[in-house]
Amino acid sequence: MTSKIERRAGLLTAVCFAVAMGAMPAAAQEELRIGFIAPMTGPFAQVGKDMNDGLNMYMEEVNGNFGGTKVKIIVEDSQAKPDTAVTKAKKLILEDHVQMFIGGVLASEGYALAPVSTAEKTVYVSSIAAADDLTQRQLGNYPYFIRTGWTSSQPHQPLGQWACDQGYKKIIAVAADYAFGYEVVGGFQKVFEDCGGKIVQKIWPPLGTKDFGPYIPTFKSDADAVFSLMVGPMPLQFPKQVRASGWTKPIIGGGTSYDESVLPFMSDEAIGDVSALQYSAGLQTPRNEAFVKAYRAKYGKVPSYFSESNYTTAMMIDMVMKQTKGAWPGPEAFIAKMLTLKVDAPRGPVSFDDMRNPIQDIYIKKVEKTKMFGYDKDELWNVVIKTYPAVSQFWTYGKDAFLKQPVYSRDFPPCKNCE
Amino acid sequence: MARAAGAKISRDTLSIQSLPTWAKLKAKASRGKGTEAVDARFWLIQAFNGISYGALLFLVGSGLSLIFGVMRIVNLSHGSYFLLGGYVALSVIWATGSWLLAIPVAAVTVALIGLVMERVFLRPLGFDPLRQVLLTVGFAFLFQQAALDIWTGNPFDINPPAVLTQTIVVGGLHLPLYRIFMIGVALFIGLTLWLVMEKTRLGATIRATVDDAQMARGVGIDTSYISMLIFALGAFLAALGGVIGGAFLGVYPGLDFEMLPIAFAVVIIGGMGSLGGAAIGALIVGLADNFGKALFPEISYFTLYAPMALILAVKPTGLFGRE
Amino acid sequence: MSMARDRVKILIVVVALAAVALIVPHTTSFIILLATRALAFSILVMSLDLLLGFTGLASLGQAAYLGVGAYLTAILAARYQVGLGYDFWLVIVFGMLGAAALAALFGLLATRATGVYFLMITLALGQCVWGLAYRWNSLTGGDNGINLQHRPKFGIDLANPVTFFYVVFGFFAVSLLVLYVIVRSPFGRSLVGIREREPRMKILGYNTWLHKYIAFIIAGAFGGLSGVLWAHTAGIVSPENVVLTTSVDALLMAVLGGAGTLVGGVIGAGVVLFIREYLSTVVHWWQYVLGGVYVLVILYLPGGLMSIPGRVRQWRGAAEFGSRTELGGSSALRVGVVKQRE
Repeated sequence: MTSKIERRAGLLTAVCFAVAMGAMPAAAQEELRIGFIAPMTGPFAQVGKDMNDGLNMYMEEVNGNFGGTKVKIIVEDSQAKPDTAVTKAKKLILEDHVQMFIGGVLASEGYALAPVSTAEKTVYVSSIAAADDLTQRQLGNYPYFIRTGWTSSQPHQPLGQWACDQGYKKIIAVAADYAFGYEVVGGFQKVFEDCGGKIVQKIWPPLGTKDFGPYIPTFKSDADAVFSLMVGPMPLQFPKQVRASGWTKPIIGGGTSYDESVLPFMSDEAIGDVSALQYSAGLQTPRNEAFVKAYRAKYGKVPSYFSESNYTTAMMIDMVMKQTKGAWPGPEAFIAKMLTLKVDAPRGPVSFDDMRNPIQDIYIKKVEKTKMFGYDKDELWNVVIKTYPAVSQFWTYGKDAFLKQPVYSRDFPPCKNCE
Repeated sequence: MARAAGAKISRDTLSIQSLPTWAKLKAKASRGKGTEAVDARFWLIQAFNGISYGALLFLVGSGLSLIFGVMRIVNLSHGSYFLLGGYVALSVIWATGSWLLAIPVAAVTVALIGLVMERVFLRPLGFDPLRQVLLTVGFAFLFQQAALDIWTGNPFDINPPAVLTQTIVVGGLHLPLYRIFMIGVALFIGLTLWLVMEKTRLGATIRATVDDAQMARGVGIDTSYISMLIFALGAFLAALGGVIGGAFLGVYPGLDFEMLPIAFAVVIIGGMGSLGGAAIGALIVGLADNFGKALFPEISYFTLYAPMALILAVKPTGLFGRE
Repeated sequence: MSMARDRVKILIVVVALAAVALIVPHTTSFIILLATRALAFSILVMSLDLLLGFTGLASLGQAAYLGVGAYLTAILAARYQVGLGYDFWLVIVFGMLGAAALAALFGLLATRATGVYFLMITLALGQCVWGLAYRWNSLTGGDNGINLQHRPKFGIDLANPVTFFYVVFGFFAVSLLVLYVIVRSPFGRSLVGIREREPRMKILGYNTWLHKYIAFIIAGAFGGLSGVLWAHTAGIVSPENVVLTTSVDALLMAVLGGAGTLVGGVIGAGVVLFIREYLSTVVHWWQYVLGGVYVLVILYLPGGLMSIPGRVRQWRGAAEFGSRTELGGSSALRVGVVKQRE
């Protein structure tokens, strides 16, 4: 009867499927398998591509070989969703038997992936996900977690100092309304106000806002500057609309407001705007110049910090594997060795603090239209105007004092001078 | 040991103390020079901003409203048409350097895509609104991936000719010329559509089809031809919105699904199938969104959806809809 | 005749489910994970099917109820350490009650509308829930989400993937059974009547609004159940769980599997999750496959995948007795009788 046939067919298919899945060969133990989790589709796909390109550039430089062992990179699409990132991480660990995984872009992904590393005892290297607390108050929960990128507040604390040194007294903060925005503004505000400045207004446009029309007219006219934290498509529109409204005072930006993933698509109204980050493609050192030229020749665009961070991460893993002559030392030993590294990266010198976050130079950079590195056209570059060397995630506060205060949030530091 | 959720110990619920009251706002605004003038300027600028945003929304919403009016389809790939308009315009600008040329080329190209979609995919389904809606969703996903593959995921900006990027100063108010341009385009399109609808034979046929498709067929009107025309027109308008909006919102992946709920808010508030309703709906959404965010930033996420839900709850066909 | 057909269908479903329950635990951990996710999410899809396939109401806001269940579970577990022992069962009840309460509230607004307007109002309400989840930082953790560090342990340890799979499977089976009983009951039959010809039902004296309202609440309750299980499956709850695309996903899965079949929900969920989370690890053009599958199914398989056996039977000529209604159960998506041809 048809129904019996259907039933048998269904059963057979299910069995075949299951057997095929279960019969995957166990991975060879000699090679180093690294999982790479980034958004490859969806609105953040370009970020994922930049991250992947940076990683691949290093892999090609060393012919896919770290310290004598062959390296296999397995790329998985997280679609920038924490659920999916976790599923992919588990797939990498359970099916592909990776020794470590790199990646995650959003804070929510970072917070989702870190527990997976603890549960499965697999190293998780975060090259981009910047949520402060992962290497601060939460670190104890994640013994297999190490960060090679930055914390959200790390570059913005020195920027607060720089703003104070410029003589700004009152600043308006306009930042995307989510955790990353809160942490960036928090870091800036803390240092700026401790130095004597005042944040007189905090505006939080929803993430993805492109029409700043409602917010710009509310700017207090007696402020000295605007501090903006824009992400994704927001940075393209904000400076344009602010300038068109007649605001002539300076705009200072958070790291993502003018970084190289958006700068090439901006226009001249961004010229003169200052921001801070641990990387600028316009950093004029021989190491960076070589990196930028090679990257641009290969991928047709100037590298952003997304690319640099993953390039450097690959380099760091390579350095550890060279120490162990290509043998995988186990997750704990790997992390211990990585923490001792002192790296000369395209972004400059990088080492690690005892909370497994990088200590690195922070660059205060200004957007200028100029020729750089021998390219023959005038283009927008982030030209470095000041360097704060060896900045940790705690700035000058000292680890214990810093950890006693709550994590930067929408309400911390409180806006005492608002209104 | 379970940790505190998200490690955020803040107390910021939708707290009342951070809601700027009218008094606080007046005080803020008057801290500058000239108290009443600044107050008036603030309201004028916000109204202007709201109207210009509404102008863009009219372009997007009018097409959607017409499509629903004639075909009873909720076109969930409308946002994709908007985005594709922006992307095609970019390609034209990169190839020829002409922004002026990009506008009609992009709009017509997307209209053609809409035409194909209607004829080849929607028509065979017959009159089955739910399946048609779901089909448009499937296409929205396909368009999104195709756009990513063709144009990459970089965030782009459309640069209009320099003359449009100026700001004119009128009575102390800085009015960006581009916003004025957007209002101008919306007025022109709105007027043209109205003239066609009210004064031409074609317009009469369309109105007849919207009012009662069966009757229209009975009178000998080729409703399937009208459907095709309207769908293409809807796509045309959406793409036009995308090109014009591209200089204002940018062109980047994800914009399609961001525009969609807003377009629907316009159509719902204004009433489906009504062009005048779309205009009023666009104006209301533009102004409400603008003023809502400026005055009550705490509830930014609800300034769009809460009114929409309430209007629908009270009058399910929208403010000006008819059913 | 049709009773025998029904019995056969039930038998097939039972056998297939038994097969899944027996085979999956012997596959790889990843497959078990995917299967668990599919089963947990399919409870939401089935709840949507109650509205879509049986009552004729397409909702684009069902994810809100999953959100209520998920966030409740996460907040209780992460902040108050509640729900990690035998009180897990209490959380299940609370999750369902909480979601049902929200559905009762939203239903007052939504069920007065029908068709496309119902679609829009549920969309708007769902977006309001998303806005709350996103902005109410102190409660929901905002966009960071809430992590659940441990799974419950009550005699059995749910941290074990196979154990957890069986627990989720159990809930799925029970939900399927309960929903099946509901749709077969007089109440369920009235819902179908409302879907087919609401004015006639009204004339016959049925309080159609009340029927729709109750169906809405029941769907909400099961959405909440799905949420509780989802929180523990994924280990993290964030506003992504209540975003519009989640509701759209559920709707598409219901249609893909076959609206009005209940079981279609788990098939649709399985197919979509397979493509999204397994195929995406193999090829990078999986989005086209997903989009293509939707489009093809909607065009050529109005009854969803569950209608394939019926179609095959028909194609084999067994439908000389011409029962169109046997096409896989769903008449909500029946191709229009008069095909407009040009």
